[in-house]
Amino acid sequence: MTDAKLRGVRERKNRTRKKGVSLLLNFPYLIWLCLFVIVPVFIVAAYAFTDASGALTLENFRKLGVYRDNIIDSFIYALIATAVTLVLAYPFAYFMTKRSQATQRVMMMLVMLPMWMNLLILTYSIMNIMETNGIINNLLAAMGLGKIQMINTPGAVVFGMVYNYFPYMVLPLYSVLSKIDPALLEAAADLGSGGLSRFRRVILPLSMPGVISGITMVFVPSVSTFYISQKLGGTSVNMIGDVIESLVNRVSTRNLGAMLSLVLMVVILICIMIMNRFSDEEGGIML
Amino acid sequence: MKKIIASFLLFVLLFSVGSCGERNDTVDASLLRGEYNKDLAGTTLKVYNWGEYISDGAEDSLDVNAAFEKLTGIKVEYSTYDDNETMYSDLVSGANYYDIIIPSDYMIERLIREDRLETVDVESLSNYQYIDDQYKNLYFDPDNAYSVPYNVGMVGLIYNTTMVEGTIDSWEALWDEKYSGDILTFNNPRDAFALAQLILGQDLNTTNPADWDAAAALLKEQSPVLQARVMDEVFNKMEGGNAAMAPYYAGDYLLMKDNNPDLAFVYPKEGVNIFCDSVCVPKGCQNYDAAVLYMNFLMEPEIALANAEALCYASPNTEVVSHDDYTYKDNEILYPSEEDMPKVQWFHDMDAETVEYYETLWVDVLNS
Amino acid sequence: MKTFGKIYMGIIFAVMYLPLLVMVLFSFNESNSTAKFTGFSLHWYEEMLRDSAAMDALKNTLILAVVSTIIATVLGTLAAVGIFGMRNKWFKTGVLSVSNVPMMNPDIVTGVSLMLLFAFVGRMLGAVESLGFATILIAHVTFSLPYVVLNVLPKLMQTDPHLAEAAQDLGSTPVQAFFRVVLPSISSGVVSGALMAFTLSIDDFVISHYTSGSFTTLPLLIYTMTKKRVTPEMYAVCSCIFISVLVLLLIMNLSQVRQAKKAAQVSVLGKK
Repeated sequence: MTDAKLRGVRERKNRTRKKGVSLLLNFPYLIWLCLFVIVPVFIVAAYAFTDASGALTLENFRKLGVYRDNIIDSFIYALIATAVTLVLAYPFAYFMTKRSQATQRVMMMLVMLPMWMNLLILTYSIMNIMETNGIINNLLAAMGLGKIQMINTPGAVVFGMVYNYFPYMVLPLYSVLSKIDPALLEAAADLGSGGLSRFRRVILPLSMPGVISGITMVFVPSVSTFYISQKLGGTSVNMIGDVIESLVNRVSTRNLGAMLSLVLMVVILICIMIMNRFSDEEGGIML
Repeated sequence: MKKIIASFLLFVLLFSVGSCGERNDTVDASLLRGEYNKDLAGTTLKVYNWGEYISDGAEDSLDVNAAFEKLTGIKVEYSTYDDNETMYSDLVSGANYYDIIIPSDYMIERLIREDRLETVDVESLSNYQYIDDQYKNLYFDPDNAYSVPYNVGMVGLIYNTTMVEGTIDSWEALWDEKYSGDILTFNNPRDAFALAQLILGQDLNTTNPADWDAAAALLKEQSPVLQARVMDEVFNKMEGGNAAMAPYYAGDYLLMKDNNPDLAFVYPKEGVNIFCDSVCVPKGCQNYDAAVLYMNFLMEPEIALANAEALCYASPNTEVVSHDDYTYKDNEILYPSEEDMPKVQWFHDMDAETVEYYETLWVDVLNS
Repeated sequence: MKTFGKIYMGIIFAVMYLPLLVMVLFSFNESNSTAKFTGFSLHWYEEMLRDSAAMDALKNTLILAVVSTIIATVLGTLAAVGIFGMRNKWFKTGVLSVSNVPMMNPDIVTGVSLMLLFAFVGRMLGAVESLGFATILIAHVTFSLPYVVLNVLPKLMQTDPHLAEAAQDLGSTPVQAFFRVVLPSISSGVVSGALMAFTLSIDDFVISHYTSGSFTTLPLLIYTMTKKRVTPEMYAVCSCIFISVLVLLLIMNLSQVRQAKKAAQVSVLGKK
């Protein structure tokens, strides 16, 4: 056999071995997905296309129009919150990588720790801080300054969402940024590229997988955010998550709620696909 | 990495040590009116109740469930819900069984109609005599065949006297532009619509779409003056002086007033919504005898007194109302005299079509 | 740049921890209000220690969080490695999209649909009670999985794919190659994934409510209080968790710093 032939055989063997390993690793996960993700999705779909008595109907689909504004609002808020989170978290994660190993580990825990506290209690606390007669306004008044309206504004909702999802952006960013080889940056500097171009040409492309992960983990759940908007937004914001929450909770309106969440699911999937297409072109990342 | 895992485990261990100190689980046997024995000892009773809706031993009160366990040897497995509808969907899913549930009036009406409750011969319960006659034969259980009342309450208007001029006597105050930005209202359609319906003089249980349309139009007029639509946050907002007025339950007003003496309360002249949460045994229960025993236990004057003190709602138990130690004895808000009694309306269970109709209107109101 | 970094991180941490400080403050409130501070007292901590229901719930919450985190991390990491190795692009995208479903569904939809599934299976098996620790555990693993996968995948993309092959060519089995070569290079992603899984589990209410049966966790206890009000006792419980984790972190950091110093000294001595 020639060398080339030999190599071909080995590669084929390698590939089949790899395929086998990949399937084996995925097997438990795929089963899990089928049982506890796909089957429930079918249950939701079954509810969406039936009425309360169980008869097939498209009635729920027809009623969606009422909720158009809520869906659009939710997407806008989720987009804004994701963008703000990304802008705040990127430098944060970057600075984190500049600390000693031990400090980095502790900081990672510190980033997650606030989220271990009860969301309801944290939201109450944020309300206490932002209220008309709350902590900040009392401080301002004590300094002889006027009060600012913070709570019950769209800004408060964005703050609440950013606060809640910040760690989910920081961690994936941190874990990719920490792996970038400092030698690469030095090389870039040696080749004469300045700080900004080093960031644009080296750091940013290398951290793209983390950025995409972070955006996914913040954007996707924040579209269906509930509770935060209700408590911090007053009457200014009505997100689809709150609507679905109350519809699904009541057995008689569950079918309509199921339809709404099915539609939400499809729209989010489309968004992710667009984002993937976009990132495919940018950096060849497939997520 | 290893350190992180190790500290996690340590942390779990730290908290698994459990509690120290005991809560009050003993009720003076001489004060008990009914008969209790240990015949059912070793069995389990599954109780499903609203959260924070029983005297649980906090602040030196009586731990009702522990007292029942001690007295009868029956193990109480207690879990909680935050909403009638949540309880209902849990019950009908068949994923769980319960021996005791404590739903509200309209929910009991639905459960009876759907044949989801066991009948209970309440007249045979020794403590049933203490239930006030006005809370017997209520609309949802006209023959007293399924339930015994646990708590009664009415919605009223709470306002901050430092932020409101004069006194208020009408729900229309919640539409007053003078207080724009300081007004709270309910964040659920049924309760929010009820306020508009009361102003319009409607029946709260109307099935006429035109009535709901009119109420929705009125609610949309209210949107510009509202600060927020709230549920439990009403406590913080009213206590902290962050809002001038809010509709909420009479008993909860008494709790808020403890922390903010500037608060005042009124039953508006248009009338109010009244509710009654009652103890029932759902179909599928596995320990009927213990459930009936528990029902009787909850009607014990001593136990009902502990609950009335802890929950701050009006008690349907005559022995509690006349008890000398009762903090809220003759309280004119919980127990208004006949001439001060507001006009009351109950919620009934609504048909699916009407629910969907007002839900759709509600989204419009929210987006207005 | 360095001081700017310090200031920036300081501000972010301050904003992050301000609500927690408010929480700790109100856990010392004398009255039952969580809006008006009326005076200092340890009253709610006493209540907490006597409240066996709250303590049981806390224990349940931690056990559930730890177990579900371990399962989700193992399953998710393996899955990420598997997905990364997939050749078929469409299949890969499909698996990834499906695994994101629990993340995009509103909690209540995930919760109710899982409950219906469990109830159905339970009925088939003829059980009176189909919900309990096992079902809530399944639910928690399910909603944590996408987060683990999404944390591990980017690390895999950064890893040189030839490393594992090289290790195998050098005679190690695929399992050895995974543990010796792949796992160390993705460990920070695995840790972030595990942290997120833990975080999600420890504060979930909605999904837990529908899948827990009578297994009560702390968030269940707290959220169902909203008919009346959340007592400062719950603030005390959360403050205790907060303070003890903080102390643990501090000890960890100090001991690591000391170790690092020692190591530095040793190497300096060695050079001499």
